[in-house]
Amino acid sequence: MAEEVFAGVDVGASRTKVALLNKDKEVLGCAVRKSGTDFARTSELALGEALEMAGVRKEDITFSVATGYGRKNVIYADDTRTEIGCHAKGAFHFFPMAITVIDIGGQDNKIIKLDERGRRLSFKMNRKCAAGTGAFLEEMAMRLDIPLEEMEGLARQAVETVELGSFCTVFSATEVLEKIRQGKKVPDIVKGLFLSVIKRVLEMDSLTERVVMTGGVVEYNPYLVVMMRERTGLEIMVPERPQLTGAIGAALYGMEEVAEAAAA
Amino acid sequence: MLAKKESPRKEIAATKTLKKIMANHFYDLDEAARTGSKKIAWCTSVGPAELLRGMGFLVYFPENHGAMLGATRMATELIPHANAIGYSPDICSYLTSDIGSYLAKKTPLTKAYNIKSVPRPDVLVFNTNQCRDVQDWFSWYGREFGVPVIGVHTHRDIGQIRDYQIKDIAKQIEDLVPPLEEVSGQKFDMDRFREAVELSRQCSVLWRTCLETAAAIPSPWTFFDHTIHMGPAVVARGTKEAVDYYELLLEELNQRIESGIAAVEGEKYRLYWEGMPIWGKLRPLSELFISLKTCIVASTYCNSWIFDQLDPEEPFESMARAYTELFIVRDEAYKEQYIKNCHEFFKFHGIIFHDAKTCPNNSNNRYGMPERLSKKMGIPTLTINGDLNDLRCYSEEQAKTNVEAFIEQLEEN
Repeated sequence: MAEEVFAGVDVGASRTKVALLNKDKEVLGCAVRKSGTDFARTSELALGEALEMAGVRKEDITFSVATGYGRKNVIYADDTRTEIGCHAKGAFHFFPMAITVIDIGGQDNKIIKLDERGRRLSFKMNRKCAAGTGAFLEEMAMRLDIPLEEMEGLARQAVETVELGSFCTVFSATEVLEKIRQGKKVPDIVKGLFLSVIKRVLEMDSLTERVVMTGGVVEYNPYLVVMMRERTGLEIMVPERPQLTGAIGAALYGMEEVAEAAAA
Repeated sequence: MLAKKESPRKEIAATKTLKKIMANHFYDLDEAARTGSKKIAWCTSVGPAELLRGMGFLVYFPENHGAMLGATRMATELIPHANAIGYSPDICSYLTSDIGSYLAKKTPLTKAYNIKSVPRPDVLVFNTNQCRDVQDWFSWYGREFGVPVIGVHTHRDIGQIRDYQIKDIAKQIEDLVPPLEEVSGQKFDMDRFREAVELSRQCSVLWRTCLETAAAIPSPWTFFDHTIHMGPAVVARGTKEAVDYYELLLEELNQRIESGIAAVEGEKYRLYWEGMPIWGKLRPLSELFISLKTCIVASTYCNSWIFDQLDPEEPFESMARAYTELFIVRDEAYKEQYIKNCHEFFKFHGIIFHDAKTCPNNSNNRYGMPERLSKKMGIPTLTINGDLNDLRCYSEEQAKTNVEAFIEQLEEN
């Protein structure tokens, strides 16, 4: 009999992530693609990549759960869950203790508090504005005319931090141009932008003793974690692939559903 | 032909009568405005309507028109007209959509009742218990129509109610009599006033009883029904029609309870709604909660038209008491206790706070109340960002995800 495989598909506003897990909760395959506008097709392509990596056929998938902004567009999903639930589930899988999960995504941020059994106590999402999310960094990279992937390296080179005052992404861009005119160094500005992300997150909710950071922004900019540690003095933990946390959580939900159905 | 998608909502049969009452309310006003047969007073939703009725005025409520602008989703397009003449997008969107509607000469009354415009007022009467915006709102129309603007200035942040507060408000209401006599050209008649107060009291008692039927498990109706059926309690309190209507509605609700009819099929979770409705999204939100087997059983908002303190023996004092004991003018401690009492009565599993961008007085999440209540009551809370009328302040996808995640949280715990 073929091994049981559980698929988690996280269709975010920016990226689509797929994780395939076996029943021992090991990641067999994964994929990350730009979500684009055709979520159904992107989720198919991402699944195809992950299947190839795992060496598994689509028909061998036991159960699929979709999550994220485009969760209702995943045609092959057996069920859907919110990204809040999936990030919580995924983060607790890696760090089974009372934690605060901070997920910094492409267009929204979440803070989720879990007790020692992984039960959700509360959650908050950023308000309507995308300040402090991945979209903010993307916009700023464009304004500074630097590739997004170079921001991490630049922030690490900073000698000082150029603090930005505005909540608003558009006004922040104006502020950045003003700093450039004042002769401030790009790495210092980039570090200021990172600090801005951290400040937006810390305004959302209080944190508990142990914090787990997830999401694509942290995966590509791990320096944010270093800065968050410095800023809060807290222990900040990060899963090996923070961007896949939601997809892994979704797959874990699928596994639970199958187990519950079998027990019923 | 496309098949019409069937709504999972269960229609209340009394709605037919409700529609007639609302239609007659507007037809009477329209006729009076066109013929001058009766004087028209505009009144804030929790203003001294009983006095106005007792003095023979037909009463029109701009906040009700505001809600119609929201529910018909006309508001978002009309608000910018008011913004352009200096009324900020950050202030009350009832005000901005209503003034915008006047400026653009567009009203939902046209489509609903074939009425061209809102009825021209002879006098504008406010009570600032809702907010300061109502006074600014009425002042704009006062200048536009050249008619008097008079009103009651409320006390705020009230803990224990003191005699001096009641005396003050009673005196302020009494002081409205001479200018109203001047506008109406009629002498104040105490017996007629007492009659209006008594009818308003009866309406209030019945409205409260109707709302309290939602304590039944499963609940026979939801907050989304309440927002529609509160119409007569707002626009027709002080009339016999409103009293008769709530007797009819109550009978139907009791019948539902007896027959075990649930407003939300398979009701699993019960919630409390704190804050304004999101008028333009009542239907999708109502259907979202139905799909999640969740019934919103009670709300501060719909409870705000319960004035059973009214007493025809002491009409001025009892009106003052009714309008001073109101949730919206009370301090945080009172508000928290009020919601705790509702929790004991309605037995809900969580609270949704609606943070309405343009309505700070009805957004009680802004000073830490959700966190405090969650801790004290041991139930989770969720805050949704939105607005009563300005849909530019509302992200449907985000709100939906938040609500779904909240129900998931209830399911898992």
